[in-house]
Amino acid sequence: MSAVPTAVAPAAGRAGQRAFRFRPSRAVLDIVLAVVAIFWLVPTIGLTIISLRPERFFQQSGWWTVLGAPAQLTLQNYSTLFSQGLVPGGVLDSLTTSIAITVPATLLVAIISSLAAYSLVFGKWRGREVVFLAVVALLVVPLQVALIPVVQMFRGFGSLSGFNPYGTLLGVVIFHVAFGLPFGIFLMRNFLIGIPTELMEAGRIDGAGQWTLFQRVVMPLSLPAAMSLAIFQFIWVWNDLLIALVFLGGNPHHPLTIFLYDQTRTLAANYWVISTGAMVSILIPLIVFFSLQRYFVQGVLAGAVK
Amino acid sequence: MPTGVPTPAGTPVATSPAVPSTRKPAGGGRRDQLGSLLFLAPAAIWLLAITIYPVVATFRNSLYDETATTYVGLGNYKSVFSTASIIVNFRNNVIWVVIFPFLVTFLGLLFAVLTERIRWSTAFKAIIFMPIVFSATASALIWRTIFDLDPHVGMVNAAVQTASDWVNPPGLYPVNTSAGQTVAALASTGLSPGASGSLQSTSTAAAGDTVELGLIGINATTLQVVGAQTAVPPSASSGAISGLVYRDFSPSHPTVRGQLFPDEVGLPGLRLTLLRSDGASTASTSTDQHGNFRFDSVGNGSFRVQIDAKNFQSGFTGIFWLGSQSVTPTSHLSQTAQALLSVPLVDLAMIVAYLWMWAGFAMVVIGAGLTSLNRELLEAGRVDGATETQIFRRITMPLLAPVLVVVLVTMIINVLKIFDIILNMAPGSSQGDASTLALAMYNDGFTGGIHSGLSSALAVILFLLVIPAMVSNLRRIRG
Repeated sequence: MSAVPTAVAPAAGRAGQRAFRFRPSRAVLDIVLAVVAIFWLVPTIGLTIISLRPERFFQQSGWWTVLGAPAQLTLQNYSTLFSQGLVPGGVLDSLTTSIAITVPATLLVAIISSLAAYSLVFGKWRGREVVFLAVVALLVVPLQVALIPVVQMFRGFGSLSGFNPYGTLLGVVIFHVAFGLPFGIFLMRNFLIGIPTELMEAGRIDGAGQWTLFQRVVMPLSLPAAMSLAIFQFIWVWNDLLIALVFLGGNPHHPLTIFLYDQTRTLAANYWVISTGAMVSILIPLIVFFSLQRYFVQGVLAGAVK
Repeated sequence: MPTGVPTPAGTPVATSPAVPSTRKPAGGGRRDQLGSLLFLAPAAIWLLAITIYPVVATFRNSLYDETATTYVGLGNYKSVFSTASIIVNFRNNVIWVVIFPFLVTFLGLLFAVLTERIRWSTAFKAIIFMPIVFSATASALIWRTIFDLDPHVGMVNAAVQTASDWVNPPGLYPVNTSAGQTVAALASTGLSPGASGSLQSTSTAAAGDTVELGLIGINATTLQVVGAQTAVPPSASSGAISGLVYRDFSPSHPTVRGQLFPDEVGLPGLRLTLLRSDGASTASTSTDQHGNFRFDSVGNGSFRVQIDAKNFQSGFTGIFWLGSQSVTPTSHLSQTAQALLSVPLVDLAMIVAYLWMWAGFAMVVIGAGLTSLNRELLEAGRVDGATETQIFRRITMPLLAPVLVVVLVTMIINVLKIFDIILNMAPGSSQGDASTLALAMYNDGFTGGIHSGLSSALAVILFLLVIPAMVSNLRRIRG
């Protein structure tokens, strides 16, 4: 994860004052960019069509031939894939596992980051700047550096207490939260620093305690930033393969990314399972993307990418 | 550089984290101080336990054996730099870092600048940006299909095939020589191998003769494609050599060769050449729907009928884009030099897939940078008579440089740790040649039980590689 502090200036509404005026006529530009856009869409369209075609067509003819034979399209692959139900290793089980990992990992990061950012901005202890810089430093730490010791810690904890988080969904969530926090704190802190001090002072004079101030003043104001953070974290966790591979061990419940990875490693790759499963796995991120694009873009701009 | 954050009202406002917070604590005693530390506690505990302590432990583990019990000094690091496969991993990291970040930044800049001029920029940006929400796993699977070897599956090879067939059309009866098939094996009755992949009649014929030529090993799909019909025995005509080319296989008499049965089919569309006894060609024709042909007014002499090589020319059969063949000429070098200098084709295919995923990110970040440029400076340049190219090179680019650096640094960190796309996109046969440090770290550490030593050393190296980026971020934040 690394910081991308970028300026987002007030929307530039002044028409005609562009960063760079282009010579080529607009029609040429329209055509060139339309071609680029089509190129960019083709992989997604291809995946969609493969998932909607019965398997027997796969080796016979390319998915693009469907344009001449739209009758091939059916939802059969989806109903077959979902008919397995909640069996471990099935797509429905993987869907619920992905949700079971992603939702707590997202909520915990949003809440804990907000609390920490509040303390970093409005707290009255020394060394806040140093702690913030430490958080910035942690932004880029590769998570690979922590994998083995955390597995060892989980096992050690297991032999002490009888509960070993290694191989459980909780273990995966714990690790995800740790590597989501630096970005979360960074983003929330940069937002909270823009809240006028007067608002806080007014609350304090009225006798509000810190918890009340956080709950009544800071939380409502910082909701858009928390949304950006949550969406960003949600997609990050949803798409993770490495952490789940390492921490789930022999757990029979796999998130969607492992479901797909397993399919590619079976000897006779079932393309209909792979493509239909891939569609299932990108569906929720796509919904999030199209409905909350503005927040997502703000999250990307405010901080960036692991 | 200021960091943009959305304000409560929703309008983005630039705040500066570069300036240390100067808020004065408004009174409050120890209790307040303790209270605000409590807010920090969950994050602090989590980060200390699951991030900071493990980093330290990994440094320690990298100096111990694979069970983390016996001290081995720098032994693991020595193995890292002396293991051939890990040197290949390093090379792949270098390929990614050298090629990808610059390409993606360039594409992002290009898109960001171009979209400023079109009316549908919102739609364009959404289309380019969309793949960023897909997992690298799903994207890898999509692109694995796109680059599939079989032109019936892979789009890229289908496109190459179309172009190649247009330039060099395949025959109606393709023989896939790369799959071990030979033209000579098709000869069944009255035929023997001729010059350069053709077949010719074993015996000679003169005007008024008939010739029957039987081929074997023509598959049913081909027959369907060419529309083969029942073979008709050739009838002699004076002054001409007439004949038949048929499939010398009868479903009712599967073991009998050289005899024409009613359930055998003629082979249409074959290009034939009439050869003189000195081997020179005198005439050419093609077989009709029933496999019949006729060379009229051949004159005196004895002739042979040749079935041309181009009938059997196989078309383009696909490029193995996901293979480990090198695009740089290194085959004549020593093994170590090859490991260091080869650029496997699969790396480039994966870079294409990754560009598809990340160009939107670069475009959006650079686009935001463009929007926030100081317009007065650009206008001033225009008023002073600068050309657009001058403005772009002398004003826009320098102002935009910090944003470009941010994108570049982010992408460098990203590809240093690249993992899922390789695991899912490179097939088993080329995965070893496409593997990177992060993948090696996973494979060494977590396949077949947990092995800590070498894997920890690789993790430490990854960590050291991102330190410059960390320092650059800290500098920027502190101002």
